[in-house]
Order: sequence, then structure tokens, then C-alpha cells
Amino acid sequence: MDTKKELVVPRIENGTVIDHIPTEVVYQVAHILGLEKYEDEVLIGNYLSSQKFIRKGIIKVKNKYFTKEELSKISLVAPMASIINIKNYEVVEKLEAEIPDHIENFIKCMNPMCITNHEKIATKFDVVDKENLKLRCHYCEKFTTKETIRFCE
Amino acid sequence: MSTLKGRNLISITDFSKDEYIEVLDIAEEFEKNPKQKILSDKVVATLFFEPSTRTRLSFESAANQLGARIIGFSDPGGTSVQKGESLHDTIVMVSSYADLIVMRNPKEGSSRYASEVSTVPVINAGDGANQHPTQCMLDLYSIRKTQGRLDNLNIACVGDLKYGRTVHSLVQAMCNFNATFHLVSPQELKLPSSVKMSVKNAGLKYYQYTDIKDVIPVADIIYMTRVQRERFPDPLEYERVKDSCILTASMLKGCKDNMRVLHPLPRVNEITVDVDKTPYAYYFRQAQNGVYVRQALMAAILGVR
Repeated sequence: MDTKKELVVPRIENGTVIDHIPTEVVYQVAHILGLEKYEDEVLIGNYLSSQKFIRKGIIKVKNKYFTKEELSKISLVAPMASIINIKNYEVVEKLEAEIPDHIENFIKCMNPMCITNHEKIATKFDVVDKENLKLRCHYCEKFTTKETIRFCE
Repeated sequence: MSTLKGRNLISITDFSKDEYIEVLDIAEEFEKNPKQKILSDKVVATLFFEPSTRTRLSFESAANQLGARIIGFSDPGGTSVQKGESLHDTIVMVSSYADLIVMRNPKEGSSRYASEVSTVPVINAGDGANQHPTQCMLDLYSIRKTQGRLDNLNIACVGDLKYGRTVHSLVQAMCNFNATFHLVSPQELKLPSSVKMSVKNAGLKYYQYTDIKDVIPVADIIYMTRVQRERFPDPLEYERVKDSCILTASMLKGCKDNMRVLHPLPRVNEITVDVDKTPYAYYFRQAQNGVYVRQALMAAILGVR
């Protein structure tokens, strides 16, 4: 039997690999990073075999390195994901998607009566529980959770 | 000089325990002598984007008695808000006309936002279902006034503990004073777990009940709130529980002598009128105390106390 592993998603010369994404959020990760509008190669693999998970998703983005804010976005939906920066086909940096203590601008408050849903105001949250993902709105003081999280367009 | 000069009061957690005490001490001074023209060179803007009786009138009475001039509106109709002006623009403009802004707005978080764009201090007079810190301050004042202290009291909260913002703030504030909480509500209207967590985190105890009679012998304060019919999806359920949170004069036999009944008002039927004549009724005095507390806050924030 041939034990040689086939590389399902091709290597990239320069850019970022987001690995170990839970299968159910792969397309959400692509969406919150705005990859639909990214005008270079984006390779998405899903339901791939994994040692860490039974099945996983992976996204490879050519010629792009993510900002701190973009990494925060990834951490909120895929906290176990690994971020790998590639240069000349070599791994130059491995990062974990770490949930920050404060989040500004990119999450919508789940409270329809919150002022941020009625005026053009940048949202702000304190992360009060990283494990269960619980965000307290700086303005209305209500909690947005994993179940109610929505990203700003 | 007070640490409160130039500060905003948006949420009850904005002030420390010592700062609460400072405001209550100043309020006591105003209770003895409420008419002092110490704000005669100040302009206070009262911006009420939704109707209010007690809060607006007591703020305006407090400012008037201190000699301040009042500008503002009690209804946004007829203002630029009606024409679609943003809250941002309204606040930027008003903060150039006044020394202090008092604001009520139905949008939650609106006062915090106003305080960030205003060049003068902002006092939150209620932002929807979120915070109403001056009500909480006057509740603390009333508790101290009737009990002679704030520490180590048995506080019973009765009625709609789920949606009643005054109860949430009171419980959070009393966590600073080693209170024991007795929570009486229908199952559907229990205190939210986040507020109960504040009690636990402070190392304090709370007990839950469904019948008001059970707390009467232990309470130093009974803080009543309205149970609203519209909170119940099933009208039959409302009918079943509505009487469990009504206080009558006959139920007060066996209460402690020092016990007093508080209510943020308006009441509907949760305190029967026969309670008014008992020595335990304190809710109308509580509303009156609102003037002294608001005088104290305005004077401290404007730096004249």
C-alpha cells in the first residue's frame, strides 16, 4: 500500500495558511475576512483528514498576511485555528488565533435597542469570558455570545 | 476638591463606594437647606427624548433650587431630532450651550455615547432598559436615611426582578455594603443570572421566594416593583401569580419596626393604598429624596461641593 501523502490543497509560495478550522465555520472564516472580494488565489479545503480533529478545514491565501484585527476575527469563530505565514514556500511564523481582551469595530451588538444599532458608532466590547465567548457591550452593557455573534458588513 | 468634579454618571458602577457615600453626605446637607443659589452662573440642559414625570421634574426642581438656568426639551418633537439629526450632532451642539447635560433616551448605551462626544459632563437620567443611576443613588439615600446605615441590611426585592433595571442597580450597589438579598418574584420574572453572579462574586448571600409573605419578618427594606401584565405571554399565568407580589397593610403585622417599604414609582396595584398610612410606607419620601440627591450630584460634578 502506498503510504505517501497527497497534498490535497496545493502549497503557496507567499501568503498565509489558516489551518485546523472546524469544518462548520470554514466558509464563515472566509466571509469575515472578506475573501470573496480578495483578488488573488484563495484555496479552501474542507472535511480534510486531520490529526488534531477528525475532519478539518483549511484556507490558503496567496500574497496576504493578516492584521491583528483580522486575527481577532478568526479567533472569535475558530479559536483553535493555527495561522501560518509562508515566505518562499517556507514557514516563517506560526501564530495561534488568540481572543483579545477588547474588540472594536467589527462585531455587531446583539441588542436591537443598543445605540450602536441606530447611529453610526464603532462598536466596542470587553471580552468577559473567552472560553464560552461572552462579550459585554461598552455602550448598552448587554452580552453578545457565540450564539448571537454577528459581524459588521 | 471632590473627585466627582467634571465626571460623568452613566452607570452605577462608574462611582466607587466612597463616592456614593460622598454624594449621600452632600445630599443630606441639601435636605437641611435645599435652596442655595450656588449654581446661579450655570446652565443645565435637560434632554428628554422620551416622557418622564418624576425624573425630569426632580432634576429641574433640583437645578432651579440651586439657581441654575435650565434649557432643553421634554419631548423631541419640534426639535432637530425630529428632522433626523443624529444624537452625536445634538450632543455636540448642546454641550456648547450648557455646563451639564442630563439626558434620558430610550436607546440603551445612548448616555455613554453622549458622554464620549460631549465637552461637558453628562448625567444619565435613564437609557432604556439599561441604567438609571440617579434612581439608584436616591434609593441608597432612602435606605441610609431610614436605617441609619447601609451596611449589613436584609434587602427584599419584590416583583419584576427580571426586567426591573432599578432592582439590578440596587442589588449591584448594595453588594458594596454586605447586604443579604431576599428575592421575591414569579418564576418567569426572576433576577437575571448576571446580577446574581455579582452577589456571589461579592461573597454575599441571596434567597429566592415566590410569596412576599415569607420575607416580611426578615426584611429591613422591602423594595417593591410593578409586575406588568405584558411581560406574560399567557394571560392566565399572569392571573395566577399577580397576587403573590402585592403588599397590603394587613401583611405587615410581624415586620421589624425599622422596616420600610420603598418603590421607584409609579405604582399600580402592587402596594395597596392602606399601606400608605402605615409608618412603614416610605415611597413618597423616597421620591422627594430624589431632589436632594440630584442637587448633590449636580453640585459635586459642577465642582461647587
